[in-house]
Amino acid sequence: MDNLSNYVLISAILFSLGLFGVITRRNGVAVLMGVELILNSANVNFLAFARFGGMNMSGHVYALFVIVLAAAEAAVALAIIINIFNNFRTINVDDVSELKQ
Amino acid sequence: MADIVFWFVAFITVFSAGMVVTSKSLLYSAYSLLFTFLGVTGLYIFLWADFLAVVQVVVYIGGILVLIIFGIMLTNKITSVNISHSSMQKGVGAVVAIGFIASLGYMAISSPWLQAANTEPAETTASIGRLLLMDYLLPFEVASLLLLGALIGATTLSRKDEDG
Repeated sequence: MDNLSNYVLISAILFSLGLFGVITRRNGVAVLMGVELILNSANVNFLAFARFGGMNMSGHVYALFVIVLAAAEAAVALAIIINIFNNFRTINVDDVSELKQ
Repeated sequence: MADIVFWFVAFITVFSAGMVVTSKSLLYSAYSLLFTFLGVTGLYIFLWADFLAVVQVVVYIGGILVLIIFGIMLTNKITSVNISHSSMQKGVGAVVAIGFIASLGYMAISSPWLQAANTEPAETTASIGRLLLMDYLLPFEVASLLLLGALIGATTLSRKDEDG
């Protein structure tokens, strides 16, 4: 727990799993979950480097901004997904390749 | 003791993150995401980021996860518990994911990280507040504008078009 490489390793695994989700999932909401995993891994990295870099609080502020962006992104993405569902009756991202039906 | 807790938290985080991306049921994915967020919160506490840990619980679990579950419920029949979702291109995804884990993990383990000696701070909230309102004032205000824009955009996008 007092070793930077452990945190970087966990963050790398989280990032890769999120990427796997984004690549393989077809449901729009599930793709969003993968994006959330990636953002969380970035946050773990920010805080780990802040903690082992002399407790630099700028890392915390950046992590806070990432959380703000994630909240805004989730709200807009879900609004778009619900809109897509109302128009196409599906949220399978492969079937929604047209802007208009 | 703390080491055991750390590895337990790390295991929960990674295992439930794996469940999120491999589970067949969409709801199980959402619930696994809850445990991933809780595990990341534990990591934040190990990283002495108490304020960020609370923010993580409030925003991610209280906000984003609830939004995601709402999204699942609004885009499926609520009565069907087994909302399944399939995966595709698992081979490509696995190759990319394993490649990233291998290269990034090798980098994480083999790099000679410089670790500054430091002690646990008494508080982080006051320092974060001071930084937000002094060094990062402009990004702070831009972020509030962004949140306002996202709020208006989300409501505009998701409401029913009645007046044309």
